[in-house]
Amino acid sequence: MGELCGVVGIGQTKYASKRGDLSIAGLVREAGIRALEDADLDWKDIDAVVIGKAPDMFEGVMMPELYLADALGASGKPMLRVHTAGSVGGSTSIVAASLVQAGIHDRVLTVAFEKQSESNAMWALSSKQPFSPHINAGAGGYFAPHIRTYMRRSQAPDHIGMLVALKDRLNALKNPYAHLQMEDISLQKIEASPMLWAPIRYLETCPSSDGACAMVLAREALAKDAPRPPAWLVGTAMRTEPTMFPGREEVNPQAGKDCAADVYAQAGITDPRKDIDVAEVYVPFSWFEPMWMENLGFAEEGTGWQMTDEGATALDGDMPINASGGVLSSNPIGASGMIRFAEAALQVRGMAGDHQIDGARTALGHAYGGGSQYFCMWIVRSERP
Amino acid sequence: MRDVAVVSFAQAPNVRNAGAMNEVEILMPVVAQALEKSTLTLQEIGFTCSGSSDYLAGAPFSFVMAIDAIGAWPPISESHVEMDGAWALYEAWVKIQHGAADSALVYSFGKSSPGQIRDVLALQLDPYYMAPLWPDSVSLAALQARALLESSAYGEKDLAEVAARSRRNAQSNPKAQLAGDFDLAALLAEPYLVSPLRKHDCPPITDGASAVVLAAGDLARRICERPAWIRGIDHRIEPHALGVRDLTRSPSTELAGEKAGAAQGPLDLAELHAPFTHQELILRDALGLKEGVEINPSGGALAANPVMAAGLARIGEAASRILSGSANRALAHATSGPCLQQNLVCVLEGE
Repeated sequence: MGELCGVVGIGQTKYASKRGDLSIAGLVREAGIRALEDADLDWKDIDAVVIGKAPDMFEGVMMPELYLADALGASGKPMLRVHTAGSVGGSTSIVAASLVQAGIHDRVLTVAFEKQSESNAMWALSSKQPFSPHINAGAGGYFAPHIRTYMRRSQAPDHIGMLVALKDRLNALKNPYAHLQMEDISLQKIEASPMLWAPIRYLETCPSSDGACAMVLAREALAKDAPRPPAWLVGTAMRTEPTMFPGREEVNPQAGKDCAADVYAQAGITDPRKDIDVAEVYVPFSWFEPMWMENLGFAEEGTGWQMTDEGATALDGDMPINASGGVLSSNPIGASGMIRFAEAALQVRGMAGDHQIDGARTALGHAYGGGSQYFCMWIVRSERP
Repeated sequence: MRDVAVVSFAQAPNVRNAGAMNEVEILMPVVAQALEKSTLTLQEIGFTCSGSSDYLAGAPFSFVMAIDAIGAWPPISESHVEMDGAWALYEAWVKIQHGAADSALVYSFGKSSPGQIRDVLALQLDPYYMAPLWPDSVSLAALQARALLESSAYGEKDLAEVAARSRRNAQSNPKAQLAGDFDLAALLAEPYLVSPLRKHDCPPITDGASAVVLAAGDLARRICERPAWIRGIDHRIEPHALGVRDLTRSPSTELAGEKAGAAQGPLDLAELHAPFTHQELILRDALGLKEGVEINPSGGALAANPVMAAGLARIGEAASRILSGSANRALAHATSGPCLQQNLVCVLEGE
């Protein structure tokens, strides 16, 4: 279906609580320049720009792509701005890919960012609305009940969340771009950290980061001649379901299952745990790792926590999850989904550095958003299909 | 390229203040109507894409509530742009070109009444050097109008003629907000709002929503007798800093029009998203529209300007004249950003 598309360039900024050294434009440009350098290309080689970020209130700029057109070399070119809540980094990558797959453009630059230090995410997520009660809960307060339900249903032991938090922070030590670099992280430290929204402790939650991620996508003829190995797209999928209706399954959402089934079918994957070598999965609170293992079909319902407990999701496990340190170690919200997609691509390109999984040939990038209702996934391979 | 057509269009009544109706309530009947006209159900639609802005509602994820409104269950393949719905239509068109869908629902909505839209739009500007000065959207448009009047043969009478014609055309549009016969001399006798713009040179403040259904090839032919085929669609952006642009021209419209093939055949009409009278003159010149091309038979954005939905409504209005058989080839245009920074051109044609 359509033209073949490859990821030929990837650029990331250093993620940090506050990148006071850069404006918003400087931040996206840093990622863009690095992606172009990786692809050995210049701004003039790019046909169109697709940018994504989460709510505009995170920086206080309405439709900031208008202001960022200059910094991203978009003048005179088509520029699209995607926003699908927390999954936006993933959906932005998919929209950019579709421009190549549809044969409309040869090379597209896609960028996702968040500069959370410009505003207060808790405020931006919970502004008071007319005709509804004001719940100043933020994301943690919203998702904690889902986790408690998961724990009750699966009978998972209490320490699973802490194991995920420890693993992802240890992985982050191997990723120079990761925000959190916690040399002294330990289970004891995680357990002793304050309980924010039971059962989510402070060290089981994602940080608030400034950062941007960019990718250059190219059509087959250009990607196969790229200076560094491309990551070939073999499947992309998006699914959305409503936030609330009676009987909605919020712990193991249907939209996530449908999205996974769609992307696996495109990529010819029948046994995801066997057929996928490494996955970057959107885990903003530790317990979402076992929950998504089940939603993605890596484990039977009720058994995802056993993968974490047995070490299957560690760097040396059979199904490494978030080798980069994941969202738990870097979370510029609007970019977090694209970082998952880009890290999956880095793995199959063999360019993930110290957190490279040996022999990774097939990788999954995953993002979700809203009230666990927006899902985006892509599968990338080292071999051209 | 696959043949893709607009097969149905619906819009909400454009009103100054929808009151206690929220964006979802404005949108729901519009989506229902567009789907009904297309004979497709949401579950038969291959892809859904919407356009809206959080800053109008003053809420993060304002588009998420719309998902509840359209009833996305079982889960649907869906996306959203923080742009006018015309760009949502572009994304949907790309999805169909890719072959990932054969049909698409596109909708957009905007409720400008809760805030001070002139000031809200100032937050689109460079946050370090421009936005802190709070230059409002009407004042920036006035700078552009002044530059145009001083560098061209256009005068204030040309601006008033655009306003009078827009409102005259709007008399035949039951969804329009402002319509009527206005005397040119009386319009020119009115005081300036922000010199050289008078109130009639500026768009009304509007709450509204639009929805369009797209379909490919034979599916489009099955749905309607005379699909409005998209022969070309393209969009371009210009630099943001007003000082580096020639505000009296619209090179991005010119380029998008060229890429969309606007000049490859005679046009019966053009629906131009020109919120200010002088911007219609700039757009007409950029697109090289000849005498005899009917401009904004719907009344355009000067008769109703639901921010985020006004561009999609231009495509819908142009398409509906092809669907009804009253036109054969039409151009639709959408704009975004201060002083026409970003522009989209779509060329539609009957069989």
